[in-house]
Amino acid sequence: MAEKEAIRVIDEKCTGCTLCVKFCPFGAISMSGKKAVIDLAKCTLCGACVESCKFDAIVIREKEEKPAKAALSSYKDVWVFCEQKKSGVQSVAFELLSKGRELADKLGVDLCCVLLGDSMEEACGDLIARGADKVYLVDSPKLKAYQDDPYTRVLTKLIAKHKPEIVLCGATTIGRSLISRVAVALETGLTADCTGLDIDPEEKILLQTRPAFGGNIMATIISPDHRPQMATVRHKVMKEAVPDPGRKGRVIKEEFPEDVYMSRSKLIDIVEELEETVNLAEADIIVSGGRGVGSKENFGIIRELALSLNAAVGASRSAVDADWIPYSHQVGQTGKTVCPKVYIACGISGQIQHLIGMKSSDVIVAINKDPEAPIFSVATYGIIDDLFKVLPILTEKFNQTLS
Amino acid sequence: MKIIVLIKQVPDTTDVKIAPETNTLIRDGVESIINPFDMYAIEEALRVRETLGEGEVIVVSMGPPQAEEALREAISMGCDSAILLSDRKFAGSDTWATSYTLSQAIKKVGDHRVIFCGKQASDGDTAQVGPGISMHLDIPQVTYVKKIEKIDGKSATVERMTEEGYDIVETPLPAIFTVVKEINEPRLPSLKGKMKAKKAEIPVWTAEELTCDENKIGLDGSPTRVVKIFTPPPREGGQLLKGEPAETAGELAGILKGLIIG
Repeated sequence: MAEKEAIRVIDEKCTGCTLCVKFCPFGAISMSGKKAVIDLAKCTLCGACVESCKFDAIVIREKEEKPAKAALSSYKDVWVFCEQKKSGVQSVAFELLSKGRELADKLGVDLCCVLLGDSMEEACGDLIARGADKVYLVDSPKLKAYQDDPYTRVLTKLIAKHKPEIVLCGATTIGRSLISRVAVALETGLTADCTGLDIDPEEKILLQTRPAFGGNIMATIISPDHRPQMATVRHKVMKEAVPDPGRKGRVIKEEFPEDVYMSRSKLIDIVEELEETVNLAEADIIVSGGRGVGSKENFGIIRELALSLNAAVGASRSAVDADWIPYSHQVGQTGKTVCPKVYIACGISGQIQHLIGMKSSDVIVAINKDPEAPIFSVATYGIIDDLFKVLPILTEKFNQTLS
Repeated sequence: MKIIVLIKQVPDTTDVKIAPETNTLIRDGVESIINPFDMYAIEEALRVRETLGEGEVIVVSMGPPQAEEALREAISMGCDSAILLSDRKFAGSDTWATSYTLSQAIKKVGDHRVIFCGKQASDGDTAQVGPGISMHLDIPQVTYVKKIEKIDGKSATVERMTEEGYDIVETPLPAIFTVVKEINEPRLPSLKGKMKAKKAEIPVWTAEELTCDENKIGLDGSPTRVVKIFTPPPREGGQLLKGEPAETAGELAGILKGLIIG
């Protein structure tokens, strides 16, 4: 019976050293009678204890049925799903192309783009210039804007037909909605919101690294026995592929019967709230305001600095809850996770929920009156001062030089 | 007609701390809460019941036996009944297996017209389970819902939050909606609700009762495998800029210009 458990301690090998107890990130191991005991209710089978044990006393059960290696090796190539909006390929696709190129080269296979839309042929050249060997293009008026049903069907059918070994997609609103359905349809593994991707040099499988618990821990995940290996990738983490106009590649047009493009739900309207010129997910620079801003009117000072830097405006939860700024600007656990080059936090104390949403930014600037504010613990540059004194000077300086 | 809410019990992240000597999460004494996004799902389900003037709100969670607390809290807010999916065989489930198991439970409940869940859970942050369920059940989905404009027993018109604004989507029912914070403000439990929650009998459904295909649940049903867990390197120590506002702002402007232009 014990062999049936997903994870178990081999009592004969356990020396009671308690090392695994310290290594378990989930507090699932305790000692009983000088032997380690795993609480399965807390255990997530992460394998940290298996690695920590010097006596090979902890084992995670292998799956009973493994598919033949031959079946897996019939899958080739690295695919990138290229999201488009209003016929414009989104920049996250260019980021996936640079990482995808690196992975394809390590595997010695082709890098292919999948592009779904209406009259998108012109965009294919740019994708080839940015590293694609092939572009699978599905052009139909029914695919003009993203809808769950037709996009899921088309992508699922393309993957089933061409059998790529890896499929990458941006961890965007569209990407996450679409690719989770495709992975279920194909009965394969999917890892969300990766910040690191690599190829295991021996096994030739995709190593997918992602933050969990609000970035407090990182996990590397594999899909050993299923193909394709699928991952969504966090926007702004990877560098964009630079176009090389001399690159050659092929555009392969695919067509499907009309019923494939059918949608049960109906997209009635796409509403753009163009309050700011740059959206948070796309922004290279974000200026954020928190409780210290003090009022709705005072947010003007944040907007002015953002305007001078061509930056997006962010906010902490307390500023949003006080109705100083709409929810779409909220950064943090119950808002958006952002990863800009520069994040300027003004009057934000830096509660853990806010830090979760912005601490992977390249450079963090904190401006706060309170020297004890936790935001300073993650800040690259800090100014302990009144934001109402500092910001206007900053804005003026940028207006002078960047104009 | 059933309105189903799917919730997950998660550690309260405000309490999560890292032990400096071992670099691991300290979970001792960390409180468990309902995933924050699921609170909005519960509230919206209750509001839909009020709008329609009919329907039974059933809250479902998959997890260890102690997840029952989360279900009782949902009942105290006004849900009619709750079901816990708990079985050692579910251990090690990834999002594929989790969405399959929850779908089996929804099928067993039957007559589901509207299904709500939070856009993602605060511990895993995958946002994959809701869409996975829409596929397993072969029903439409709308993700990141920030407003239900109109709903009757047959269809719903909702607003889906996007990076640039929102989409207006009309969908036939049954359908699954994953919700964001903007959709509502969750109510507090009432005294009557608390009494009801205390007395409620919460059935526990196992893999057998869900007639699960054993190759699709738990570890065996999970295509993904965690191979390594580590703590990210801490951020480099920061630099404090000192002086009068004119000096600090000037220095910062110089640094930022270098970063932005260079």
